[in-house]
Amino acid sequence: MIALLLRDLRLATRAGGGFGLGLGFFLILCALIPFGTGPDTDVLASIAPGILWVGALLACLLSLDRIFALDFEDGSLDLIATSPIPLECAVIAKAAAHWLTSGLPLIVAAPLFGVLLQMPAAANGWLVLSLLIGTPALSLLGAFGAALTVGLRRGGLLLSLLVLPLYVPTLIFGAEATRRGAAGMDASTPLVFLAAITLLTVALIPFAAAAAIRINLR
Amino acid sequence: MSIWEYANPVKFMRLSGAILPWVAAGAAICTVAGLVWGVLTPPDYRQGASVKIMFLHVPAAMMAINIWLMMLVASLIWLIRRHHVSALAAKAAAPIGAVMTVIALVTGAAWGQPTWGTWWEWDPRLTSFLVLFLFYIGYIALWEAVEDPDSAADLTGILCLVGSVFALISRYAAMFWSQGIHQGSSLSVAPGERMSAVYRYPLYLTMLGFFLLFLTLVLIRTRTEIRLRRTAALQAREARQ
Repeated sequence: MIALLLRDLRLATRAGGGFGLGLGFFLILCALIPFGTGPDTDVLASIAPGILWVGALLACLLSLDRIFALDFEDGSLDLIATSPIPLECAVIAKAAAHWLTSGLPLIVAAPLFGVLLQMPAAANGWLVLSLLIGTPALSLLGAFGAALTVGLRRGGLLLSLLVLPLYVPTLIFGAEATRRGAAGMDASTPLVFLAAITLLTVALIPFAAAAAIRINLR
Repeated sequence: MSIWEYANPVKFMRLSGAILPWVAAGAAICTVAGLVWGVLTPPDYRQGASVKIMFLHVPAAMMAINIWLMMLVASLIWLIRRHHVSALAAKAAAPIGAVMTVIALVTGAAWGQPTWGTWWEWDPRLTSFLVLFLFYIGYIALWEAVEDPDSAADLTGILCLVGSVFALISRYAAMFWSQGIHQGSSLSVAPGERMSAVYRYPLYLTMLGFFLLFLTLVLIRTRTEIRLRRTAALQAREARQ
């Protein structure tokens, strides 16, 4: 499992493209929003938590189809499926690799982009904490979507159609926690719900994703 | 004599062909009579004539949710017992459910404009219906995208299971996220909360009508799917010879 995780990390960092791409997309999105809404500080400050969460979610979405598609094409997914470790564990390892390469950089960069969007400094801690709790769920749900569409030739658009509705609860609680943090309120309630959704995802999704991969490899 | 006998496509075709005209006639009578009766009800003392939208809105919303539940049950039967008719019924039901969701959303907007003063409000009920519609769209798109019919049935079945869990979570997350203006339960039978009999009976009739309408459409569509499957099998046999 560790070997698989390290292999995916090496592939993501050395092959280029995947690592910085999501981050660049996130930056461009945060830079484009003020052009759309106008540079008014109050407006930006009030929507910044939501924009940062939606931006992180979309940036996460960009690299999802890489989770299984390349391995499916060159046949390594068959080898992983027949290897001694259960496919469910392989799913967790691959989702963890996706989280480390796309989720973690976003979390580190988010407070920085928050400055661009005039987010109150008080919200930074809550933003990082909520992203830290919520993004693993995004990676796992994305792995499920990628597993469903791995056998399709043009699965990219379908993947986002399948995955985005599944992201709704995570987005609601994550953005709500950051918003409450920005307003100086106690944000622990939405954070607890966010953690509950992430734990539920960790418990259930590997089985669903592994079942989908088995069907696609049949 | 068990219900599983109808998992056999031949028996299913015979039974569904026999009951289809009756179900269709019942759907036509109940829906038309219920809607006409609904239009003839007196205007509400606060909402005026706009209350009559209820006779389309409530049955459509009810069916939109129940069709997803029916798809969930059909997917479970397919995943556990591998009955093809069950998978095809789930496939046949999805577009009907999506249309019912659209009817509920559009009639709701038309009702909300005069009573709430807005076409759309980010109310938990409205939001979760929009999310349900997105789930229907994803489900239908996955059926269309996968070529092998058995894989498509398996993958959409898994999507339906996971989607059900997350649609339910979205419903409660939306309640946490926003205060609603949509009223709570409309069909309560508790005395005092229950709606006047003038509106209640035509509403029950249209609800029955919409259920029979769904049954008619899903039977027709499932029969079409079975015939398509047979045609494909015949063509494959032809090509082999």
